[in-house]
Amino acid sequence: MGRGRLSDAYTSGVYTPCTVLVMSIGHTLLGLLESGPRHGYDLKRTFDEKFGQDRPLHYGQVYSTMSRLLKNGLVEVDGVESEGGPERKRYAITDAGITDVSQWLAQPEKPEPYLQSTLYTKVVLALLTDRSAADLLDTQRSAHLRMMRILTDRKRQGDLADQLICDHALFHLEADLRWLELTAARLDQLAKVVAP
Amino acid sequence: MIPEGSLLAAHDLRKTYGSTPALDGASFSVHPGEVVAVMGPSGSGKSTLLHCLAGIITPDSGTITYAGRELSAMSDAERSALRRSDFGFVFQFGQLVPELTCVENVALPLRLNGVKRKAAERTAREWMERLEVDDLGSQRPGEVSGGQGQRVAVARALAASPKVIFADEPTGALDSLNGERVMELLTEAARSANVAVVLVTHEARVAAYSDRDVTVRDGRARDLEHAV
Amino acid sequence: MTLLDSRTAPPAAPESPKPASRGAVVLRDLGLGVRFAAAGGREGWIRTLLTAVGVGLGVALLLLASSVPHLLDERNAREQARSETRISDSPDANAPKSDSSVLRINTTTEYHDRTVAGYLMRPDGSTPVLPPGVTGFPGADEMVVSPALRQLLAEPGNELLRERLPYEITGTIGDAGLRSPGELLYYAGNDTLTPAKGGHRIDGYGDSREGDPLPPLLIVLTVLVCVVLLVPVAIFIATAVRFGGDRRDRRLAALRLVGADIRTTRRIAAGEALFGALLGLLIGLAFFLTGREFVGSVEIWDVSAFPADLVPDPRLALLIVVAVPLTAVLVTLVAMRSVVIEPLGVVRRGRERGRRLWWRLLMPLAGLAVFGFTGRISAYEYAPEKPFGIAAGTVLVLVGLALLLPWLVEACVNRLRGGPVPWQLATRRLQLSSGAASRAVSGVTVAVAGAIALQMMFAAMNADFNRMTGQDPTRAQFAGYSEDVTGEAATSAIERFRATKGVDVVIGSVEAYASRPGDYADEDVQPTTSLTVGTCATLRELARIDACEDGDTFVVHPPGDKDMTAWVDETARKGKVVEISSGGKPMRWTLPADSPTVQGRKDPMGETHYGIMATTGAVDAGKLPGATISVQIRVDRSVPDVAEYVRNTAATVDPGMRFVTLDSVERDRQYASIQTGLQVGATAVLLLIAASMLVSQLEQLRERRRLLSVLVAFGTRRSTLGWSVLWQTAVPVVLGLAVAVAGGLGLGAALAWLIEKQVADWWLFWPMVGAGGALIALVTLLSLPPLWRLMRPEGLRTE
Repeated sequence: MGRGRLSDAYTSGVYTPCTVLVMSIGHTLLGLLESGPRHGYDLKRTFDEKFGQDRPLHYGQVYSTMSRLLKNGLVEVDGVESEGGPERKRYAITDAGITDVSQWLAQPEKPEPYLQSTLYTKVVLALLTDRSAADLLDTQRSAHLRMMRILTDRKRQGDLADQLICDHALFHLEADLRWLELTAARLDQLAKVVAP
Repeated sequence: MIPEGSLLAAHDLRKTYGSTPALDGASFSVHPGEVVAVMGPSGSGKSTLLHCLAGIITPDSGTITYAGRELSAMSDAERSALRRSDFGFVFQFGQLVPELTCVENVALPLRLNGVKRKAAERTAREWMERLEVDDLGSQRPGEVSGGQGQRVAVARALAASPKVIFADEPTGALDSLNGERVMELLTEAARSANVAVVLVTHEARVAAYSDRDVTVRDGRARDLEHAV
Repeated sequence: MTLLDSRTAPPAAPESPKPASRGAVVLRDLGLGVRFAAAGGREGWIRTLLTAVGVGLGVALLLLASSVPHLLDERNAREQARSETRISDSPDANAPKSDSSVLRINTTTEYHDRTVAGYLMRPDGSTPVLPPGVTGFPGADEMVVSPALRQLLAEPGNELLRERLPYEITGTIGDAGLRSPGELLYYAGNDTLTPAKGGHRIDGYGDSREGDPLPPLLIVLTVLVCVVLLVPVAIFIATAVRFGGDRRDRRLAALRLVGADIRTTRRIAAGEALFGALLGLLIGLAFFLTGREFVGSVEIWDVSAFPADLVPDPRLALLIVVAVPLTAVLVTLVAMRSVVIEPLGVVRRGRERGRRLWWRLLMPLAGLAVFGFTGRISAYEYAPEKPFGIAAGTVLVLVGLALLLPWLVEACVNRLRGGPVPWQLATRRLQLSSGAASRAVSGVTVAVAGAIALQMMFAAMNADFNRMTGQDPTRAQFAGYSEDVTGEAATSAIERFRATKGVDVVIGSVEAYASRPGDYADEDVQPTTSLTVGTCATLRELARIDACEDGDTFVVHPPGDKDMTAWVDETARKGKVVEISSGGKPMRWTLPADSPTVQGRKDPMGETHYGIMATTGAVDAGKLPGATISVQIRVDRSVPDVAEYVRNTAATVDPGMRFVTLDSVERDRQYASIQTGLQVGATAVLLLIAASMLVSQLEQLRERRRLLSVLVAFGTRRSTLGWSVLWQTAVPVVLGLAVAVAGGLGLGAALAWLIEKQVADWWLFWPMVGAGGALIALVTLLSLPPLWRLMRPEGLRTE
């Protein structure tokens, strides 16, 4: 379906599909740090609580992510406690980290199927960090629509096979869009649940 | 305030029905030949925005400029005349006059504009051909299917050679196949005739026929591509 | 076994299980309809109420009409009860003087075009008879008055009437003594009246003789007025039953979806109509009972009635109670024949079939055939059955016209093409459903056609009912005539008229008899002619006199009458003596020998004068022993209330003076009351029809709320839609009027032929056409405010 051409047309493609998950964990942890410095252990617990219902985060994943973030200067070590436990470092977000989170939230995801987990994470983080979740959703809607417009255009110019393929994508994108609209309509409710 | 080169632009519109605000500082603009989708949940004020833009209702405050003229400065009669000559309309349903034949329905805006009956019906037939409903000429709206009726309505909106077509949920009462066909015909005809289209819809796949989309939420219109 | 068994006991056919008998099913469906009508939510209620109020209005009118016989009976009875008891067939016969007898004189006068009836009464003894409704005999210069007159006298601005009736009010005349609550009547006491002054002695009230039977032509007229007014009411009721029918059909379609068959839907619709009609009967009764209370206080065209007089004839009332619901059900069933109610919607049929002409023509033709069969009827022939033939024929023709209209409207409308947008919208609308419009208009057609035919008949009957009086209102507008006054009183009376405000000329003369003296045998008649005394100016109005000086006398011959001329000459011998008398002792007078002979002329009253005429210098009118005054008065019409000033003078000269307003045509009273009835009824009927047209119009507009908003969005001018509403009403009404005028003229000509009269005036239909135009304007104007309201863009928001 010419994915490469479409993605060229739409985004600068910083993340490859396989790193989306990893990078979004990094951004998520960064976002969680925005409300105050935490231990790695706390970060994992909060992450699992808010986003990891069916897939708890491995400790290893937390620490490897944190070490990458440290390396990139997005977090810094706020202090070390010596009592018990394997790792007692307390992390804090840097200004660069905050900027990175903002950019990530403002950046629409590439419209494609099964985005919900990422989008959901973004929305909750935005709510947790007092950023505008509505803006986020609108930006995403816009991106979806742009994609749909391109597909519609293709459909109009293409043959029946093109039309059918495009329609398949269009219906999926439409389903995403409906989810976005529904979520937008329920933002207030969600905010109460996520950040009481 | 008014984007460069726009045909119809609105700035900071406010409109209240009773105590509930329908528009709360909405801004909007459309260029000649541009198809803009106005989206948003029901009750967000998108229909009110369309009615204001078309001069059907007057906003409580804010400015609407069409081709350099201020709409709110015009009298009701002047706005009616403007709608007759420069605007076309497609609604969701119930817009064809049931006792007139399809061709008479399509010719109606022309005739309201003072065009003679024969000439008006000739033009009407040409537009009906464009929209692939030329075989319905002498039938009454009650005798044609929903999709056909909606195409007749599109033909009618285009017949008087308007500069802007306002379409309020034009496919709302149609199945997806018919709806897409109507959208395809509408946008194609509008683009080839350089007619701007303001398309109110809540369906993404309908909005996908536009060049640009604007979302209305809580009475405020957000034009993401232009604003961000 | 089998053979025998089967012969003796044939196996009974297995009965298919029936859940309910047919009758029960019908009742259940009707009941369901009633439930829908009564509990159909707000919409259902509004529909039922509209129908009920419409039917109620019609029923109230029908009840009113059915009360007319009783009303007339009661009025007649009271009128007879207050008439004097005749002692012989001669109306002039006086009753013998007794303790209870009363001398009275009719002093009825006119005030601002209203009749004020009155009597001066002088009791002969201590126990005078009292007219009905009066409890005490008024003393001299006192009077008892009807409540209406009391009110009129109390109102400011009526000083002139108070001046004319300068008596003290001491009592009120009860209802038993009044024809109608609005009647102006007084009885005044008097102590100077004598038989010589015109007093008439009576000894009791109550005229037991039968009233004059209505002449056959009047019966025909009365029957026709009823038909012309009631047929539209029936049509109106039939229209009212259909109010909101479209919505009902859609609801029935929903019932079909859950399994009701077509018959069931019909029965349900019939049940709904039945409920509406029954409710309408109740509402009609309520309207009638409430309206009845107001009839006493409201006067339309001089018509008022006591509430107690308005009692429907029991047989007619029963007919209404049975016929109205029956009509409602029948109309509904007939209406539903043209509609197929499918589970998924309503399909109108009959469009492709079109309306048939032939059976619609059958009815008016049958009506004409009935006319031919009945034959002509003359004014004086006694043929009690013929009026009914005429009435039946008229009903057939009128109803036939109503039936013809839907066909005509459809035929015409289907030929209409093109035109400006409003016209196109209206004609296309009518093409899609002309039925509703023509139904309402058929009521107009019947009313107008009937009214035209009746008016033509009235005009044709002029010869019978209207006497051409030969009066000349340009020479004098009032004439008075007073008997048995002295010559002196007569001359002073004339002077008083001259002095009255606004009076230009008084042709006042004093008349007495002049006879040739001598003794005559029984078989001979004493030659007698009249002596008229007046000024030169007066005499010139009565005879063709050239030269006249005070002191002159003339012998006046009637023009073109030889016998009478000879008779005048027998009495008026120049230079000889004549005896002048007027009931009293004769006075001798010599007719001067040089009196010229001249020709008489008609006076403003249309009477020719002849005999001896003398100027006041020749005969001293004041010395005449008994005389009659005759005054004819020309007034300056620009003086306000001049008529009342003149009448007041007449009342002071002699309250019993016969005083009339001259007019070229004097109308027969019975005739006038029928015409009044027609006017009142036609107005009511037209208003009723306007109401039903308005209801349909508004119903239609409400259903098109969204479409109207869409048209506004399109930039449609209000005037465009206003005009289309106008055309939508005007086209059927104009067609209806055309049918009405053609049919009315034809019917009128046929009726005139039937009563052996010539059609006098073919142009009488203009006022009715005008009324039709007013109807169009009224319905359109009243539709405009709701139209403007519905044309707001808010209609786009309701989805």
